[in-house]
Amino acid sequence: MRVIGRRLLLYVVTAWVAITVNFVIPRLMPGNPIQTMIGKLTNQVTPQEIQAIRSAFGVGLSQNWWTQYWHYLGQLVHGNLGVSITLSTPVTTVLGSAIPWTVGLIGIATLVSFVLGTVSGALLGWTRGSHLDNLIPVATFFQAVPYFFLGTVAFLVFSNHLGWFPGQGAYSLSLTPGLHWSYIASVIRYGELPAFTIILSSIAGWMLGMRNMMITTVGEDYVLMAVAKGLPRRRVIWHAARNAVLPSIANLSLAIGLVVSGALLVELVFNYPGVGDLLFHAVANEDYPLIQGIFLVITLCVLAANFLADLVYFALDPRTRTPAVV
Amino acid sequence: MKRLRLPRSPKVLVGLVIEFCFLILTVIGPWVAPYNPSYNGFLQNLPPSSKHWLGTTALGEDIFSQLLNGARATIVVAVVAGLVATLIAVVVGVSAGYLGGRADDGLSMLSNVFLAIPGLPLLIVLDSYLPQADRSNSLILGLVIALTGWAWGARVLRAQTMSLRNRDFVEASRIIGESRTRIMAVEIAPNLLPILASSLLFTILYSIGAYVTLAYIGLTSTSVWNWGTMMFWAQANNAPLVNQWWWFVPPGVCIALVGAGLALINFGIDEFINPRLREAGLTSKVLRRSGLSRQVRLGVTPVLRATSSPRRISRALQAGAQR
Repeated sequence: MRVIGRRLLLYVVTAWVAITVNFVIPRLMPGNPIQTMIGKLTNQVTPQEIQAIRSAFGVGLSQNWWTQYWHYLGQLVHGNLGVSITLSTPVTTVLGSAIPWTVGLIGIATLVSFVLGTVSGALLGWTRGSHLDNLIPVATFFQAVPYFFLGTVAFLVFSNHLGWFPGQGAYSLSLTPGLHWSYIASVIRYGELPAFTIILSSIAGWMLGMRNMMITTVGEDYVLMAVAKGLPRRRVIWHAARNAVLPSIANLSLAIGLVVSGALLVELVFNYPGVGDLLFHAVANEDYPLIQGIFLVITLCVLAANFLADLVYFALDPRTRTPAVV
Repeated sequence: MKRLRLPRSPKVLVGLVIEFCFLILTVIGPWVAPYNPSYNGFLQNLPPSSKHWLGTTALGEDIFSQLLNGARATIVVAVVAGLVATLIAVVVGVSAGYLGGRADDGLSMLSNVFLAIPGLPLLIVLDSYLPQADRSNSLILGLVIALTGWAWGARVLRAQTMSLRNRDFVEASRIIGESRTRIMAVEIAPNLLPILASSLLFTILYSIGAYVTLAYIGLTSTSVWNWGTMMFWAQANNAPLVNQWWWFVPPGVCIALVGAGLALINFGIDEFINPRLREAGLTSKVLRRSGLSRQVRLGVTPVLRATSSPRRISRALQAGAQR
């Protein structure tokens, strides 16, 4: 329990740092971005909204930073992330429609990639020194390719050229969204290629990590013991793999951030209506409240995913439950 | 102190050759480029030909010249970011690991926070507030990227320092009264070299990805040619949709090659750090030739068998390395 408490503390501190970064950065940078922002605003929205933006970014306020900071935190607690400049809608509303797409696509793809990568990594580790080792440089190549590039090529070859997959977007535009089968089928169909891209680019990391851990684990005495007892090979592999997978799960917290960062760009390539696509448009239009809102929401989602991974880890590894191993 | 000697496996060799080629390209790229990368007086959207090896853009610029020029900005930013990030990682990681206690708690918390925050969104927030003038400055971009990429190295270095801290030779220097700084710099730091090298390569790899991504979404100056900017323009002009592969494929392949090269060298370092991985690289053919056998697929740490002499083992390892 203490260990879980410590991890929770870490995530709370991290969330606080992210929030504070959001508060401090606009105030530290020279006035230009905020001036451009307000310059953009005047044609489109009411004076009240201009005032809201001004106060959100601390322009022309007489209060000191401390008061502003408390005010900012108070706004956040009420779920107020400010107003998107280009869309003139609250950031929370904009994000609300984008998040389900992203969580669905990236969440499922990451999970599949982790499971597939770990299983194949375990097998690669077991059969090391065989021809299967030639897979490693190939996997490395895919790992080094930027996600968005792989996405572009995949789109060009499989969707545009071969026509195996539908085009861009998240569902066929001829359908009206709703809980009926044709719509759901269309969503799955449109999600296949983006998900495939994310899996292809992220699988190598899991695979190589698992392979290396497996090789190290196979040298342990208890695996030798299992073989000596005459257990069937499948049981022995399972025996070793169960122990080798622990560091992989422990490292999830690092990896999830990286994978999500890369996967956001896949949305951009496929015009997928998720947070990544939104982020790109926000950047292109210098929509600062939206950029910051997205940063905050992504960070919180990643932290939540990390915490889930930690809970799984604690459930799997009894050593973490004894306080001595903190 | 053991010298860092990379196993001479084909993987490492290929990695080194790739990196060397791109390093040369970084230096001479802009000089050997046939045209000015920003000159837009050519016919537009030409496919590859002998005059334009990679065709021209929708604005009538020579793509091959952009590719050659782009190497410099991409690699310079990545190396700057890699060096700065590794420096931060060493300072934070080694101090945390050696000092322990409160200092360790604080510094570990700091690096864990930076590990947990997703790097790219943070990078985008930081970068979007940079004034336009700074977005073409390799040094500033490198520093910003380093700020988001140091934490992993710090964590690995801390773990290694902690395991070194209680070794006999460190204990001995403490007893004869060497200062803390001296122990950290002279006794511990050299033994971190392989991990340091691996973390430097990893960070450079990360930085290339980060920089190219920033450029791809249009957050760096579009007047500086790098591989990400090229892909930004290709995407903006719908090159993928109209099958102009010669516009967006070459920069992507270059990025992948540089990245794969770095990762291959990293394999060598991993095998240096972890002897069991080195043994894993030996195929059964090599083993048989050296008179060793491996009946069970179980690696008892580097082929240590009571029946085989140490000389045979080292011969097998060498044979494997030269393979």
